[in-house]
Amino acid sequence: MDPKENTWTKSLSSENELLKNISSRHPSFTNFNSQQPQEKWEDPSMLNYSSRTVPPIQEFKQHSETQSPLSSKPNDQTKVPDQEDGHMTEAVQTDKIQDWDPRAMLSNLSFLEQKIHQLQDLVHLIVGRRGQVLGQPDELVAQQQQLITADLTSIIVQLISTAGSLLPSVKHTLSSTAPIGQLGGVLLPSMVGLNGGVQVQNNGGSKVSDQSNQIDLTGGCGNEQNYSIDEHESKDDEDADEGENLPPGSYEILQLEKEEILAPHTHFCTICGKGFKRDANLRMHMRGHGDEYKTPAALAKPNKESSSETMLIKRYSCPYAGCKRNKDHKKFQPLKTILCVKNHYKRTHCDKSYTCSRCNAKKFSVIADLKTHEKHCGKDKWLCSCGTTFSRKDKLFGHIALFQGHTPAIPLDDTKCPSGPPERGEGNEAINKVRSINFNFGSNAPSGSGVPTTTEVKGSIEDPSSYFSPLNFETCNFGGFHEFPRPPFEDSESPFSFFIPGSSNYTVAGSCNYTQKSGAESSSNDNLE
Amino acid sequence: MKKLRLCQGLNIGDGFSQFDLLSEEILFLILDFLGTNPLDKKSFSLVCKSFHAIEARHRRTLKPLRSEHLPRILARYPNVTHMDLSLCPRVTDSALGVIAGACGSTLRSADLSRSKFFTGAGLLSLAVRCENLVELDLSNATELRDGAAAAVAEAKNLERLWMGRCKLVTDMGVGCIAVGCRKLRLLSLKWCVGVGDLGVGLVAVKCKDIRTLDLSYLPITDKCLPSILNLQYLEDLVLEGCFGIDDNCLAVLKHGCKSLKKLDMSSCQQITHVGLSSVFSRTRCLEQVTFAYGSSVTLDLADSLNKLSKLQAIGLDGCPVTCGGLRAIGDWCVSLRGLSLSKCFGVTDEGLSYLVRKQKDLRKLDITCCRNITDVSISHITSSCMALSSLRMESCTLVPREAFILIGRCHSLEELDLTDNEIDDEGLKSISTCYKLSSLKLGLCLNITDEGLARVGMCCIGLKELDLYRCPGITDAGLLAIGRGCPGLEMINISYCEEVTDNSFMSFSKCSKLSTIESRGCPLITYFGLAAIAAGCKQLTKLDIKKCYKIDDSAMISLAHSSQNLKMINLSYSSVTDVGLVSLASISCLQSLTILHLKGLTPSGLAAALLACGGLTKVKLHASFKSSLPRPLFQHLEARGCVFQWRDKEFQAELDPKCWKLRLEDMVR
Repeated sequence: MDPKENTWTKSLSSENELLKNISSRHPSFTNFNSQQPQEKWEDPSMLNYSSRTVPPIQEFKQHSETQSPLSSKPNDQTKVPDQEDGHMTEAVQTDKIQDWDPRAMLSNLSFLEQKIHQLQDLVHLIVGRRGQVLGQPDELVAQQQQLITADLTSIIVQLISTAGSLLPSVKHTLSSTAPIGQLGGVLLPSMVGLNGGVQVQNNGGSKVSDQSNQIDLTGGCGNEQNYSIDEHESKDDEDADEGENLPPGSYEILQLEKEEILAPHTHFCTICGKGFKRDANLRMHMRGHGDEYKTPAALAKPNKESSSETMLIKRYSCPYAGCKRNKDHKKFQPLKTILCVKNHYKRTHCDKSYTCSRCNAKKFSVIADLKTHEKHCGKDKWLCSCGTTFSRKDKLFGHIALFQGHTPAIPLDDTKCPSGPPERGEGNEAINKVRSINFNFGSNAPSGSGVPTTTEVKGSIEDPSSYFSPLNFETCNFGGFHEFPRPPFEDSESPFSFFIPGSSNYTVAGSCNYTQKSGAESSSNDNLE
Repeated sequence: MKKLRLCQGLNIGDGFSQFDLLSEEILFLILDFLGTNPLDKKSFSLVCKSFHAIEARHRRTLKPLRSEHLPRILARYPNVTHMDLSLCPRVTDSALGVIAGACGSTLRSADLSRSKFFTGAGLLSLAVRCENLVELDLSNATELRDGAAAAVAEAKNLERLWMGRCKLVTDMGVGCIAVGCRKLRLLSLKWCVGVGDLGVGLVAVKCKDIRTLDLSYLPITDKCLPSILNLQYLEDLVLEGCFGIDDNCLAVLKHGCKSLKKLDMSSCQQITHVGLSSVFSRTRCLEQVTFAYGSSVTLDLADSLNKLSKLQAIGLDGCPVTCGGLRAIGDWCVSLRGLSLSKCFGVTDEGLSYLVRKQKDLRKLDITCCRNITDVSISHITSSCMALSSLRMESCTLVPREAFILIGRCHSLEELDLTDNEIDDEGLKSISTCYKLSSLKLGLCLNITDEGLARVGMCCIGLKELDLYRCPGITDAGLLAIGRGCPGLEMINISYCEEVTDNSFMSFSKCSKLSTIESRGCPLITYFGLAAIAAGCKQLTKLDIKKCYKIDDSAMISLAHSSQNLKMINLSYSSVTDVGLVSLASISCLQSLTILHLKGLTPSGLAAALLACGGLTKVKLHASFKSSLPRPLFQHLEARGCVFQWRDKEFQAELDPKCWKLRLEDMVR
């Protein structure tokens, strides 16, 4: 941080024009002060500056964002309507009520226009300078390039967000962290479609009850679906409660809506928007946002007291009518945990969209199931006459015992199910995940403060181009980054130092991506197993 | 006969047979009564063409000697339902195909227990084309794999299946059978060591009609036991040597099998009275329990047996037994019919006497090798168990010779084994009053002489089996009485009764049912004796004339001429040469040949004989022939289904019987 600051000040001192530019840009914020992205889209190098210049805003934002979802009092009157529109962060940051309307779009566009002009000027300036002074220090050149990069990035991101806000549902996906949310929303149109409906409802819910849980559910616009640890653990939960015989009425039945169930995350960081499957992980993550989250009280299990107060056991009902796990079913068998609900719902009532890339036959709706299968796919040697293969003999015999007319198939030779090369399999796996995972990056960088991110990023980096392919724009963005010099970000650790708790909302999405990139690279190395 | 002659008189050479007047129905009835002896039916069919045809239509069972002849015999016998191929060492897939094609849906039973060289393909044709096949014996098919088992599974109506020693069959194969043969009532998987819980469990799940299940020596555990005991018709369960089953497995059993009548848990060392108790408390209808070579028989075990109110027989062979245990058995079991305590340690006069005093209904008692019991026990046994039909007391060495007189009290005795005891002529005379006696074993009884045996010969006219192995006091005089008095004799062992001569053999020749003669080490036997036997005992199947030094080629020729049913012969140490051996080849049944230390045997003669005997399955040879004959010859013979056993023993001179027994006792000690 310090060296960057130095370079910054150096550049300030050496480049009056630059300073002028920046200062001239600053008023533009006031001109468009209703547009939160203006500030957000600042490049990282300006972060310190801006955070210093607007301390009250920062403070307020911190207050409102961290408190409101966790504590149940609607502390900020202004915030409530914002949430309704899904522009919470915008509102928070600008501290103004902002209805989304064409005017906002217009101002956005004009801001963009202005910004492009500024950039144009800057480049002109640099060109002119370069012509005059040849013996410029390399440092300065780098600084300039970086500035341009940052500006370009911010423009691009602004464009995306503007475009994204046009989509009717996208605005709902904008969670407390608008930049990331917007980005994710644009990146993931399909996800948006999937979740769109819920968020309205849940935002409403969050407004009233302010339950962090529910807010979290809403925000899951584009997060990874496979939090492998969770899913593996929960795999057997569904079956485990088969034998449970709670008398009806001895437990409280909760029924989540389909959309809630399919939302990949249930816990969201109110600051950076990163989603988590577990509250504990979120709390771990929150530590990175400041010392106030490191207190034992903050780290303690939030609902411990409440659970001890309410003695009633919670059980869950599947929202699918007619399902045995639905509370209206005659022989209703409740599900123990939310994870059970999720896995049950996906396995039972959803399409099996994950196909094993090795055998191209087995399909799964829970990606962890696919992973488990892929571990032994091709090794299945226990074959039933119906064509089903089993990795374990006892499973085959269980199957045969269950079904009439099925019989063990005795292989005449070692003909096994066609197994593709493993590379191909992984590639497909990556593609399968792509949609759901790419937002990871967005959320990863801010979470660099101690939350183990490798597992979340795992497996999703193999093929960045394929996974950004839905939006060429984004690919370009990425590609552009490679061309830019990166000295200030070279250190893989340093990016995280940018994200001072509370100020992360000012993080330029572009730089965010950048750090993700580096983070991804490092984690991808971890993944090379 | 008069009528027949009359009929004959009526027909004067116009090709009309008076037998044509007999309807097929009547002839079938007659044939039904031509029971056991296959030669009778053969004679019947030789009467005339119509008899021949009718006999062919009547025959249900075929036991061919050579599978090569199958097409022709099957063409002759269209109604065969049972095909016993145990005499065919080599049964190929094509032979099975022929059977399947010829018999089709009439075939109900096939025995392949002694055959080799067939595979799953042959079984498949059998299973597919003979849809009414209900019984299949595949024992000893050690080469069969899961594929063959899957072929068997196509026989959907199979009810009884023996697969003993099919070692290469695994759970998969048995799984196929379980799914395919849903009507199975009997399944023997003894020694199918590749089959485990899964296969057996699936059988129990799929074949609900199972009555008899033999799982001996399978690596099964508690995992499949519950489903086995859930079989609602299961009556007979054999779990011998299932080492994976222990008390813990049995303790967790929730269901008992109400239909189970017989349970064999022999050699399950892991099981104690605790496990047995939990089994017995759930299978209360058990009638027969065998628990041989298991944990000790104590009061606890006896108490656990107490739960079985219908128990009739217990087998405790080889278990350590306590006096308390025996007393407890005596106290509770309502009416034991059978008790086996053979080779049990700890059987004392006190325990056994108490037991038999209470169990007066005992029919079968086995106290073989209970070396601690004396005349006290014998006295109680014979006074209490008057209904005893079978008493086996081999090697009860402490029982004095006077005690055997008491055995005469049990008039119902049919089977008596007194091998290696102190019994003398007085005892024999007493025993001869058991007029129902059919099996008497007196081997190694050094105190008996012709006097006692003659009495037996006079009184026990139903005697079928007589063992006089190494009874030095027995000579022609006693045996003559046997030959004269016991026309139903089927098996006799006079091995090492050195004074026996041809006269005895001549008297045996009157026992037309004699099928087994063991006269090892009777040096006085010559051609004449053997020729008489060959002529008289047409059903002779087993003959042991080892160390009958005077037996020569001429005896073989007479055997070859007359004893067409001979299957097994031991000629070691005799004077038979190439000629005799080659002449034996005309006995088409001959399967087993033991020819060690034949001085006159040359390699070429041996080769000729072996090639000529097409049905040989087992040949014991001295190892020296292995090198003197070409290897392809043995390969050829092995391909025909013959197994060679090579022996390299030195020539052994014979010992004096008493000396022999002393040496035996030394070894025992």
